Amino acid sequence: MNFIKPVGILVLFVLLAVVAACGAPPTPETVTVVETVVVEKESEPVTVVETVEVVKEVEKIVEVEAEAAAKPFEGVEVNILTFVGPQVAEPLQRRGPDFTELTGATVNVVTVPNAELYQKALADLATGTNSFDGFLFAPQWIVDFAPAGFLEDLTDRVHNDEALEWDDIAPFFQDFNSYDGKVYSIPLDGDFHMVYYRTDLLEEAGLEPPRTWDDYLNIAKTLNGQDFDGDGEGDYGSCIAKARAQQSYWWIYSIAAPFIQSQGTSQGAFFNTETMEPLVNNDAFKRALEVYKETTDYGPPDELNLGVGDTRGLFTSGRCALSLDWGDIGTLAIDPENSNVQDKVGAVITPGSTQVLDWETGELVDCDETTCPYAVDGVNYAPYASFGGWAGAVNAAADDTVKDATYAFFSYMSQPAQANEDVTIGRTGYNPYRFSQFLNRQLWVKNGMSPEAAANYLGAIEASLNSPNMVLDLRIPQNQSYQQVELDRILAQYLAGELDTDQAAQEINDAWDEITDEAGREQQLEAYRATIGAN
Amino acid sequence: MQIDIKPQTQIEPNDKMTFLSRTWSKLSNWLERTSGSIFLWPAVLALLFLSIFPLIVSFYISLSRFSIALGGFELKFVGLDNYNRLLFGREQTHFLGLMAPPTPLSLFLFGLVVVGLAVFLVRYIRSSSVSLGGLLGRGVLVIGVAALVWILVHTLGPDGRPGTVAVTLIYVFVGIFFQYTLGLGLALLVVQKLPGRRFFRVVFLLPMMITPVGAAYMFRMVTDTSKGPFAPLWQGAGLTDFSWVTSPWGARVAILLADTWQWTPFMFIVLLAALESQATDVIEAATVDGANHRQIFRHITWPAILPVSLTLILIRMIEAFKIIDLPNVMTNGGPGTATESLTLQSFIAWRALNLGESAAIAYMLLFLVTFIAVSYVMLIRDRVVEKV
Repeated sequence: MNFIKPVGILVLFVLLAVVAACGAPPTPETVTVVETVVVEKESEPVTVVETVEVVKEVEKIVEVEAEAAAKPFEGVEVNILTFVGPQVAEPLQRRGPDFTELTGATVNVVTVPNAELYQKALADLATGTNSFDGFLFAPQWIVDFAPAGFLEDLTDRVHNDEALEWDDIAPFFQDFNSYDGKVYSIPLDGDFHMVYYRTDLLEEAGLEPPRTWDDYLNIAKTLNGQDFDGDGEGDYGSCIAKARAQQSYWWIYSIAAPFIQSQGTSQGAFFNTETMEPLVNNDAFKRALEVYKETTDYGPPDELNLGVGDTRGLFTSGRCALSLDWGDIGTLAIDPENSNVQDKVGAVITPGSTQVLDWETGELVDCDETTCPYAVDGVNYAPYASFGGWAGAVNAAADDTVKDATYAFFSYMSQPAQANEDVTIGRTGYNPYRFSQFLNRQLWVKNGMSPEAAANYLGAIEASLNSPNMVLDLRIPQNQSYQQVELDRILAQYLAGELDTDQAAQEINDAWDEITDEAGREQQLEAYRATIGAN
Repeated sequence: MQIDIKPQTQIEPNDKMTFLSRTWSKLSNWLERTSGSIFLWPAVLALLFLSIFPLIVSFYISLSRFSIALGGFELKFVGLDNYNRLLFGREQTHFLGLMAPPTPLSLFLFGLVVVGLAVFLVRYIRSSSVSLGGLLGRGVLVIGVAALVWILVHTLGPDGRPGTVAVTLIYVFVGIFFQYTLGLGLALLVVQKLPGRRFFRVVFLLPMMITPVGAAYMFRMVTDTSKGPFAPLWQGAGLTDFSWVTSPWGARVAILLADTWQWTPFMFIVLLAALESQATDVIEAATVDGANHRQIFRHITWPAILPVSLTLILIRMIEAFKIIDLPNVMTNGGPGTATESLTLQSFIAWRALNLGESAAIAYMLLFLVTFIAVSYVMLIRDRVVEKV
């Protein structure tokens, strides 16, 4: 039995060292709790308690437990995968330490290029590697991830989480982050395309903000080549990010939507809701392709290589008259450090069209009361809820504590206390999605937006959000293949002149048909009808 | 009994020893015979595990389609679907390119090559060392080269569009041509007894030391004519509204420039070593006999560095087929698919989780590289053997 004593003491010393490494300075407290912990865990109760060290040791353990109660996720590490940014990841990185302070959990943010995000997340989940506990990605992808059982159902959590204020989130975004009636991700961002224009330039030229895409082209054409910033160089009529393998493939649907969809959201703009045939090989989509291509003539010479970061920079430095973007330019333009166009920026709902697609003939017909029931002054608007906003989802295979911590972090990020500040900061890449963000314009004014600009900016988003003819982004299985892979490549080829308009429309049609057939036409059709409410 | 025992005990060690020595010699013989393979096994296993196994698995993947299933993924066997799609299906124009209808010029160029190949084949048949295997090999070579030339002349024409195969071939052959010529030129310069040649030897080597992605980002900036370092020159020339990297050929040239910058040093250093190891007495003798520099290079230096050059080109060629870093970083394969190489196409398919197609492209690349490398070796072998 003699050897037990040194061994016992040794074990305690080791324990002491470990605890000392993790814990904060001890505050001596109840001894009773102590005894149970040490004695039961280590070995026979023989001699251990005799030494003085034992008592000290014990105090430390209590200390850690007391600490743990205060910080629920002490020592928990949360790994989150997201887009390389710098926007989007920035708020996670900035607020991570605050969250650690609050809960004890450390947050590691791993970033990858946008074109690799889907693959990286899926490969990690599908192979059971599970090196990420949370994902900040496109809520569109939930439809691929959730049925496979990769994502944690967050429904109960969001409804029991008072601080999150789930009901404050606009119903459209609540729905966009759900699949099959269950919530799988928490929105940190709300996304709509809008057209931004330079109020000063348009006023000078006696032009009105664009109502249709033809107006857009006219303004761009008129102002292109003029010197806006007085540096002696000609500036650009329109700046749209068109680089391949980035975020460019979304624009085309903002242009095509008003030409294709006019009978309300459930009509759909991507596929025929009877046959699942793509709605691309027709005059409406081809007209959109032509408009898209023509904007290149009024843009920077290297527009085909520009990403959204580049065009935003060009717009806020004062070199563009028009731009198509998500909510970001609105907030970036008020940043005094980087913007030359403070209070010179207006935003409008994406332009509409006076002609719409006749689904029977595939041709464009003029708008009237039957063809465009939702038209405003003869113009059919169809704002495109492209992308839907960055949202946080939790890996179902993570340990329970880690899942709780990951959820808690996304919830923390989305809570009004944090989110309502983040959406007003341009570099976050986050745009409004909560009622409180739309209603409380004081937040925006406080961060440098003039009351008029705030009304204009939030008004454009609200107009999109409230439109009965809003186009929902594609949320059927494999939507990433349809859009980010095939559409992106074919559009890049079209812009580069490798394909003409007819060929491009035909290629998109064929590529999409092939994906649909591979995935099962019936199943895809059913999913499509369900996601746009056509049933 | 004691007597009996003693001899026994005396004999026993001997027996034991002979038994032991026999066993030992058997064992050592066995060891001798098998030690080779025993020592080889770990290496063979490692090779099997690291090389053959992935090869087989990736081949299987190229015959299947990847999809997400409940709790994981599944690979569905689809036969040659992925290959079919690349060669005859929807990806044909992307992979092989868009073939323009034949024109007199394209047919003439193709005809020239066919005549050349026919001459090559006839010369072999007439030679003394003709064999069935050799004939078969050359037959495959002729058909393969003819097919590649057909693709090139019809996709590079005005109405055609080169696919990733043609673009990769351009990167390889045009790139190597410039890299070799420049490398040789620089090596000839440095081998002269010029002041500062030690310094330049190091400077010329630097590009090879830079990580390809770093070099690609650098060239992306250099070729950017609106923000890059050459922007003022560009604007001074009145080209503000023109960006050369947004045109397909401009972008391809930009990639070739970067590739040449990056790989010329490799050619340079090997050719420099070859030039420096030349026997000086022959050159001195030629000089004494009144030969000029051109003659010395043509008749002495060139034959001496030819074997090295041919091997150098082979190594560089195999490497060059795998180009991905430069187009991926500089242009993302764009504008359109103009600068996409085979490896980049495979990578993009892989990134889209289209693992089957990605593996199929990789296998097509493997076939292409093997075909070209073997053909090249077949062509140069006789030449090098003759010269040496």
